[in-house]
Amino acid sequence: MVSLKDYLSPMRPTWCTGCGNFGIWNALKKALVESGLEPHQVILISGIGCGSKLPDYTTANGYLSLHGRTLAVATGARLANHGLKVICTHGDGDGYGEGGNHFISAVRRNIGIADIVQNNRVYGLTKGQYSPTSPHGFVSKTSPQGAIEHPFNPLAIALAANGTFISRGWSGDVEHLAWLIKEALQHRGYALIDVLQPCVTFNRMYSYEWLRPRVYKVQDDPNYDSSDKGAAFAKAQEWGERIPIGIIYRTEDVPAYEEQVPALTLGPLVKQPIRVKPMAEYELLKQEYL
Amino acid sequence: MMATVNNMTFKFSGEAGQGIESTGRGFAKALVRGGLYVFGLQDYHSRIRGGHNFYQIRVADHEIYSHDEQVHVLLAFTNEAIAEHLQEIVPGGGVIYDPELQINPAALAARFVQAFPVPLNQIAMKEGGNKVMSNTAATGAAAGLSGFDLEAINSVIRDNFGKKGPTVVESNLKVAAAAYHFVREKYGSSLTFRLQAQKAKPRMLISGNEALALGALMAGCKFVAGYPMTPGSPILEWFATHSKDYGIVTKHAEDEIAAINMVIGAAQMGIRAMTATSGGGFSLMVEALGLAGMTEVPIVVVNAQRPGPATGHATRHEQGDLLFMLYAAQGEFPRIILAPGTVEQCFEAAYRAFNLAEKYQCPAIILSDAFLAHSPRALELDTLQLDVPIDRGELLSDEELDQLTERYQRHALTPSGISPRALPGHPKAIYSTSSDEHDEYGQICEDAAIRTQQMDKRMRKLETARAEMKAPLHYGPSQAEITFLTWGSTYGPLRSAVDILNAQGTPANIVQIMDIWPLPVEKVSQALRGAKKLISVEQNYSGQLATLVRAYTGIKIDGLINKYDGRPMSPEYILSRLKEVA
Ligand SMILES: Cc1ncc(C[n+]2csc(CCOP(=O)(O)OP(=O)(O)O)c2C)c(N)n1
Ligand code: SF4
Repeated sequence: MVSLKDYLSPMRPTWCTGCGNFGIWNALKKALVESGLEPHQVILISGIGCGSKLPDYTTANGYLSLHGRTLAVATGARLANHGLKVICTHGDGDGYGEGGNHFISAVRRNIGIADIVQNNRVYGLTKGQYSPTSPHGFVSKTSPQGAIEHPFNPLAIALAANGTFISRGWSGDVEHLAWLIKEALQHRGYALIDVLQPCVTFNRMYSYEWLRPRVYKVQDDPNYDSSDKGAAFAKAQEWGERIPIGIIYRTEDVPAYEEQVPALTLGPLVKQPIRVKPMAEYELLKQEYL
Repeated sequence: MMATVNNMTFKFSGEAGQGIESTGRGFAKALVRGGLYVFGLQDYHSRIRGGHNFYQIRVADHEIYSHDEQVHVLLAFTNEAIAEHLQEIVPGGGVIYDPELQINPAALAARFVQAFPVPLNQIAMKEGGNKVMSNTAATGAAAGLSGFDLEAINSVIRDNFGKKGPTVVESNLKVAAAAYHFVREKYGSSLTFRLQAQKAKPRMLISGNEALALGALMAGCKFVAGYPMTPGSPILEWFATHSKDYGIVTKHAEDEIAAINMVIGAAQMGIRAMTATSGGGFSLMVEALGLAGMTEVPIVVVNAQRPGPATGHATRHEQGDLLFMLYAAQGEFPRIILAPGTVEQCFEAAYRAFNLAEKYQCPAIILSDAFLAHSPRALELDTLQLDVPIDRGELLSDEELDQLTERYQRHALTPSGISPRALPGHPKAIYSTSSDEHDEYGQICEDAAIRTQQMDKRMRKLETARAEMKAPLHYGPSQAEITFLTWGSTYGPLRSAVDILNAQGTPANIVQIMDIWPLPVEKVSQALRGAKKLISVEQNYSGQLATLVRAYTGIKIDGLINKYDGRPMSPEYILSRLKEVA
């Protein structure tokens, strides 16, 4: 039986005391254990940023790639070995800024990846510049007069791009976040978990104290239908005194990308022989040029 | 007059959208089926309709590696084609055109070029019921005029139009035959350049891109991602076409950045993976090239060069990226660079790139170019031996991993610099690795001593690989007055030029470097030592290979023949420039 101990790593996180990434880290390990997944059955793929160091602190297969390229690397990994659970952990700067094009493409591609975006609405590792999700007017090192742009709404954009699992978590509630991650791991296709993550050093605006009283779980409302796209769009717009968390939208009717690739019906690509046909059939290829 | 047999050039020329390429390639295929050798050259503008394109077919009864500047028969589909190419036609050559074009035969006669008006459109309408078939008529006319075998033309028609059904095939056959006989009756043997089908074993007509894709497939490449950019994209398209039958995953990615990162993700999981692009796309891939270098992931990247900088000449040819390939991405890390110069070398470079990438756990670049990528050549069937050797390097098997007693070190320090590789997924070898500098386990590490150790370890692979890189290829007599240094497809035209020089009594030879990096310095020095006069022939402005060779061997190059107008070298160009530099 897999236990939390199996995911322990000799490396100690370098995150600031109180950083929201601790909650995400704990929730992820809890979700993996409760899903009965062993460390060798998953691969954690990240980019660059404070939160992107998570795979380095966890005993599991891991690959820390480039800033913004997380989803592209993960897509290749998933197509090469769909026998593994592919989980991405990266920041909002990584996922929505530098990697914006990959984000939109991953959503509409519906590739089987659970994508945990550590959304602290600021750039942590480069010490406090505004990010794509920082609010309008956000004062930071690169926006001393306040950010002129309006924030990127990942939930609404994922909905518009035909996402099939769109959710929001909050690192102050490990139980709930672990549940969300477990649901995401079950999902066929791309699952977004945008996580509200306090950066206690560079973003005093979204502190635990500010967030805790505001968040509420959409699944607590028995009338909320997470398969209703219109309702989901409305929820995705909600922000301020009340902030919804939970599964905003989900459909299991859409096949994952990898379920539709002919070569993958024979099993994971890495398990297939180097040559899938007898030599004589390859020789026939020459006939195309005669 | 004595006829010249099986030694001539056809040029099909007209606007984009007139089917110049497919008609030219169809005719070339027929020539190959008739037992002759051909070399095809495509020239087109970056536009879908209009403009001025041509497809040139050099045909001979011996192996040929290049086009040249002489044309014997021009098939002109526009007036502009004649204006553009009349100067290239040899005295006694001719122009086939539809009389609807209203050509002034006097202009042709002034250059001793014969006019061969053939009512191509009328024949197409009358025999086939559709003007579209005038291309087929042109092919029939070209065969008739040169006395070539109509049956070879017919067989290509059957294959090319087979998918469209028997009526389309029948109409095209009728059109070709009518044009063929029209020309035979009307012009008989006015053309002294003739073709004669020969008995020969079947041969392929295959381009550099096609051979490269085939080589990659045979090497076990199973994942190809890319973003279209001429002239690299035909490789992605080739794989897309064959993916279902041969168990390949192809991914048209959102951009080149995604393409190479996907390839890295797939290769990290243990799949042989590749991307193909051209310089601009490669520029976008540069950061990820470093990622593969740092995390020691074996990937193959094809850069089919075209002129730069920026978007350059989209459909044309240059070899301006050599030094860029050497240093692309920040920092220093080992990489392999192979620069094939012929179609068969494209095949070889493809499978060797996969073997070398996996053996040295680093990116391997195949540096091709537009001329090589697009130009088909006739090859003997057995030139491409499909059962290629596969060497996956130090890849630990499941059984070996089962025996592990200590924590697995992905980046273990070894004398060769190569660390035995485990694929993610085995319970005994769970590891994480990082684009940040890392320790032997792959874990992020800022320690100065470990940084030095890991740098040394990675760079040792470069030296290990250097010993394996092949000596330059040699062509021509061993003693020569002039030694030409070259790389890439320039080899083809240079080879023809050298043949001419030797026939004229000037001993000349060629040293072609295919294994560019790590440069086998000793072998290159050896090959160039003793050269009396050393001239580098390159399709770029500054002589990048000359620079590289000078930097690493200390050998000074005496002269440079270069070209950077977007059009490939020709033997004539090389010979005329030789007078200036020698
Ligand atoms: C190509 C590139 N550009 C910039 C950087 C510098 N950089 C590192 S992390 C980062 C932003 C991190 O923000 P985010 O992704 O939100 O993660 P966080 O640190 O907040 O967890 C930047 C700009 C980089 N490493 N690579
Ligand atoms: S800077 Fe912010 S995000 Fe980074 S570790 Fe510190 S608290 Fe966490």
